[in-house]
Amino acid sequence: MEALFDAAPFTGYVFPNETVIPWSLMIVIYPYITGLVAGSFTVATFYHVFGVPRFRPVARFALLTSLSFMVFVPVPLLLHLGHPERSMNVLLTPHLTSAFAAFGFFATFYVVLVSLEIWFAYRENIVAWAQERKGLLGLFYRVLSLGSYEISPNTKAYDAKWLKALAVTGIVGAHGLHGYVGFVFGSLKSREWWGSDLMPVIFLVSAITSGIAILIVLYVVTSRVRKVPVDLDCLKGMAYMLWGFLIFTTVLEFLEFTNMIYKGREGIETIVAMAIGPLGFSLGVLQMGFAVIAFFIMTYFMWRSTQDRQMVIGVTISALLMLVSVFAMRWNVVIGGQELSKTLQGLLSFHAPLLGREGLLTMLMVFALPFGLLWVLTRLLPPWVPKPDHVLSR
Amino acid sequence: MKWKIGEHRPDRRRLLRLLGRAFVYAGTALFSVGLMGRRGLAAAIPALAGTGYDWTKHRWGFGIDATRCIGCLRCVEACKTENGVSRDAHHFRTWVERYVYLKGEKAPRIDSQADPGNIAASGSETEYRFDNRYRDAKVEKAFFVPKLCNQCEHPPCVQVCPVGATFRTPDGVVLIDHDYCIGCQYCVQACPYGARSFNPKHEVTDKCTWCYHRITRGLKPACVEACPVDARIFGDQNDPESPISRFIRENRVQVLQPAMGTSPNVFYVGIEKEVV
Repeated sequence: MEALFDAAPFTGYVFPNETVIPWSLMIVIYPYITGLVAGSFTVATFYHVFGVPRFRPVARFALLTSLSFMVFVPVPLLLHLGHPERSMNVLLTPHLTSAFAAFGFFATFYVVLVSLEIWFAYRENIVAWAQERKGLLGLFYRVLSLGSYEISPNTKAYDAKWLKALAVTGIVGAHGLHGYVGFVFGSLKSREWWGSDLMPVIFLVSAITSGIAILIVLYVVTSRVRKVPVDLDCLKGMAYMLWGFLIFTTVLEFLEFTNMIYKGREGIETIVAMAIGPLGFSLGVLQMGFAVIAFFIMTYFMWRSTQDRQMVIGVTISALLMLVSVFAMRWNVVIGGQELSKTLQGLLSFHAPLLGREGLLTMLMVFALPFGLLWVLTRLLPPWVPKPDHVLSR
Repeated sequence: MKWKIGEHRPDRRRLLRLLGRAFVYAGTALFSVGLMGRRGLAAAIPALAGTGYDWTKHRWGFGIDATRCIGCLRCVEACKTENGVSRDAHHFRTWVERYVYLKGEKAPRIDSQADPGNIAASGSETEYRFDNRYRDAKVEKAFFVPKLCNQCEHPPCVQVCPVGATFRTPDGVVLIDHDYCIGCQYCVQACPYGARSFNPKHEVTDKCTWCYHRITRGLKPACVEACPVDARIFGDQNDPESPISRFIRENRVQVLQPAMGTSPNVFYVGIEKEVV
């Protein structure tokens, strides 16, 4: 018979109940996916709110990316729950002192908001497609057009106004959503590794980093697949953003760790033992090491200020490194926090199961789903814009 | 009809207003149904059915006299039997820790009955025993510390429950509605004392209730009943002559991890500052 639970081996003294680690891979992937949502939305707002024209080529793609990931954010949570069939209780009887109680409302609000944002960003195209296309697809666009085919300066101004208003709301929403995910961890006083005031901020900035990184990778890959040249100006813009947020994230993470060591409160020996022991590779190499390598690669290309094929490769590699680094950060927070015993006198070691509801395979599948949806969405609502008019700006 | 986007059209406005109202009413209705559902569940605690027990009249409290505990673990055995707790080394509503200060060592060595060495000594995860590992060591000081849910005044586990499935009763016990718990385990994370565990079979959280089904019928919790040396003291803090009121009055008691701000209701005598 399959064991009902995995017991983690430990050293030192841990509370007997701690030997079954409560939150595993699904809670690692949950903040990771949420982070990608917040980050890719940020890139979109740079065009829609702050009016930075160089982001135009990816602005709509960023919105689709954000929505694709957001739709699947609840999946790992549902897989984690012992009773997913009772999950609606969170919406029906939210216990308002719980950070988790807000999740359902936040997520629903955000999905609606991004969907509306996408609708306004595509309205002109939807109207055109509704008139051109035949068959099922035509019907789809006709339904989506909500029966209004009117495109005039009046409607354009109206759409633009809504697009901006929604994006402004979305900035608050996306960043609030992710800051809140950090709060879920940072507000727990029982866990030394989590209970930090900086936690929501670190989650937020690393989220933005990962979101920009995934957009860079997706943009470069899709451009290759579509056999169109990468808009170097746009890529460079995203690279600047990635570079800035990478520095911000790494400095904050470093500050937090230094703070913990410097204060040297009770249990610090165990914390250090964990950081150099079981978390050594994922913290030292994957999270910090990869971020530092990415930083140097990016600095080189930002410094050189040329825009060529080499830059595309360098920036894409850095983005990939940052995707791993941020994932490692989520792992180190979620898993590390539980490997450090509440007694501060012992360490547990988590071993990720391959199979099962919360296994590695499930995690990979959950992570693959948004890409599938994104592929479908880019077919239904092609986000790419022809090179044209904006070149004027630079 | 010629109408331009951005201009208001009276009939559409009426429709919007109607839709808005319907949304607000439906939301309110759903919310109240939910709230009523929750109230109903909290009041209908099966343990209280037909007892005539008034939970506003009591304030339960628990004492541990660590100077008396002999580490026989009969309390753990009694608890597992009484409450149907999983018979393995990873799920406990109560447990006992052993603190041993060896000569020349600053920090105590700590273990519980769930330590692999102790399981090896008993030969099974379902029998509880402390091994004799310190037989040949120079022991300067040693004592046992029974642990259980502290039934905190400010329980972090209740604070974080997203659905309100776990709650504090007016007589001071933190309970879980197992039919309402969604099994997210946020409460397991939030408890600084490691008192909560996840029931792998029913996929809901489990915890010590001070044997609520017994105390509301005038009985003592199973662990208190089973203790052969009166190391566990239980009673009503509202009654000045109850064992717990006297225990608190006549001793210098302390609680675990007071800096957490949880205000525990388990009071200890005879423990060292190293007790986690």
